[in-house]
Amino acid sequence: MSIILQVTDLVKRFGSLTAVDRVSFEIREGNCFGLLGPNGAGKTTTIEMMEGIKQPDGGAIRYRGEPLGEQFRNEAGIMFQTTALQEFITVREVMRQFSRFYPHSVGIDELAERYALHEFLDQDTRRLSGGQKQRLLLAMAQINQPKILFLDEPTTGLDPQSRRNLWNQLQQIREQGATILLTTHYMEEAYELCDEIAIMDHGRIIAHDAPDALLEAHFDDVVVQIHAADIPRDIGEREFRAVYRNDSAHILTGDVNKTIEHLLHFDIPLDRLRIRARDLEDLFLELTGKELRA
Amino acid sequence: MTWKRIYALFVARNIEFMRDRSALAWNVLLPVLIIFVFAYAFTDDNPEKFKVGLIAQGSLQGAAAQFSDTRYIKFIEFDEAEANLFKVERHQVDLLFDADGNRYWINRTSPNGYIVEKLLIAAYAESDATLHKILVEGDEVRYIDWVIPGVIGMNIMFGALFGIGYVIVRYRKFGVLKRLSATPVTAMEFLSAQILSRLWLLLVVNLVIFIGMDLFVDFRMHGSYFNLLLVFVLGSVNLICCGLVVAARISSEEVANGVLNLFSWPMMFLSGVWFSLEGAHPLMQKFALLLPLTHITEAAREIMIDGVGIIGIADHLLVLGVSSLVLLWIGARIFRWE
Ligand SMILES: Nc1ncnc2c1ncn2[C@@H]1O[C@H](COP(=O)(O)OP(=O)(O)O)[C@@H](O)[C@H]1O
Ligand SMILES: [Mg+2]
Repeated sequence: MSIILQVTDLVKRFGSLTAVDRVSFEIREGNCFGLLGPNGAGKTTTIEMMEGIKQPDGGAIRYRGEPLGEQFRNEAGIMFQTTALQEFITVREVMRQFSRFYPHSVGIDELAERYALHEFLDQDTRRLSGGQKQRLLLAMAQINQPKILFLDEPTTGLDPQSRRNLWNQLQQIREQGATILLTTHYMEEAYELCDEIAIMDHGRIIAHDAPDALLEAHFDDVVVQIHAADIPRDIGEREFRAVYRNDSAHILTGDVNKTIEHLLHFDIPLDRLRIRARDLEDLFLELTGKELRA
Repeated sequence: MTWKRIYALFVARNIEFMRDRSALAWNVLLPVLIIFVFAYAFTDDNPEKFKVGLIAQGSLQGAAAQFSDTRYIKFIEFDEAEANLFKVERHQVDLLFDADGNRYWINRTSPNGYIVEKLLIAAYAESDATLHKILVEGDEVRYIDWVIPGVIGMNIMFGALFGIGYVIVRYRKFGVLKRLSATPVTAMEFLSAQILSRLWLLLVVNLVIFIGMDLFVDFRMHGSYFNLLLVFVLGSVNLICCGLVVAARISSEEVANGVLNLFSWPMMFLSGVWFSLEGAHPLMQKFALLLPLTHITEAAREIMIDGVGIIGIADHLLVLGVSSLVLLWIGARIFRWE
């Protein structure tokens, strides 16, 4: 697969803060690439430089080997983290307006059908719900049948049902061959949608690979999860180096049998015990010492 | 540049304007208000019904002094006759009286001149001096005839500066521009669409004012309507481009408001809209030539009052046209989407 978009040593500073610090990666055509990181990690700044919206202070961005230019503008579909639309305009009008910006565009009715917008076509865009507006913005980003789609936290603030719908729609877009660059702070989202993930923190990429490869490379152990009330904190932390999160104590181990024996030795009840593989959330915790969703 | 994109932006802006009731009301009500103010202000009778231009070295004596005591005549002192004759031609003074030379000038078509002449002759009835009468010709130019070109220019100025400035600054503040910048739309395409959309609006609104005022006060229009349209189109484009430059980077409505006021108020008073700049300080006259509204007002006046042709206003058109291009170029260069 050819490289569609490539960034090298991208830097962006805001005063004394280096929001993006020598970030480099490349995106293969047809792949879904995820930038995963907590709030303030520098995801938006990075993706907006790649979209040509923000000027980098250093580094290079190449689309099909060339600096961003007219071809890129015509072939890119962009959905910002937050977007305002012109006031007093209906869904149909704004879609028609944007379709006229491009040499080739998808039919409005077809898009409205695909994103379940047909019943709102003649409604003022300010009267759409959160999920409806997000679908409209996604439809607008798709109006030129983009070769590459940029999505900055597309599901943040959506209810689980709307999020699930959006995931399905993104899967369909992928199946049609478009490349996607997606930022998110939802581990499940990155895991579910992306072929490749770069984990970002403090403006740097701290890990980068396919989701399963990332997990394999960092972990050959599993998590034994016990209800926090069942294991006193002093014993958990001293004897098992357990990490307490939410209502659970998480114990990392390479040998489950031995750990369970050990637990029985301390008379810990095992009724609510769960054993699971480690996920990206654990990985993030391990890499940065903090949680993804702080 | 593609016209398809400009057209798409143009249509969307028009839709927004038409549906934004408060903006629409403001753009329709203000002109109606202007028409009414003028209709009432200028159909009212002036107690000082008669105006006489007076040329006299030293104090007046005899018959001349007696004439100058006539009540309800306003005497305006002039240095010399020649330079002020046009005021008689235009009925701005009813009679010009040279007391030292026992000469007077009146306009053969001025009813007021006719009456004031009777009073002058009566004052001289007992005197040995013989009065010398000189007739001039020309239609009346009332203040309203003189001020209307400027008022329309001023209305265009406010509509252009604030209409463009506010809209673009608001688009930037709320991120509408940012979304457009993610499409192939260029700054020049966006700005062109804004110019076109504002231009037709200004022309329609001011055409309504023009017709409305003509119905109420029947002002003077001696030149070509086409030339006048040309002046107002170029003037509108010029002022719209001024608005574009102001709005090229600002993203706060308050700052934009301040800067736009800073531009528009001096223009309103220093462009000779309300009173002639003839007697003003030479430096101020020079400064006024830097203001687009001065050129719009003067060109429109020359057309409407004096019937001047396209050659006569070419200098104003040139200034307006060239500076529009320069402003547009600057505006597009320094324009920021975010
Ligand atoms: N325009 C700006 N001016 C100053 N600081 C900014 C600006 N935009 C972002 N930042 C800072 O840069 C860092 C990265 O922000 P951002 O890229 O939005 O992170 P993310 O999208 O991962 O939440 C944050 O600390 C943020 O406060
Ligand atoms: Mg962000």
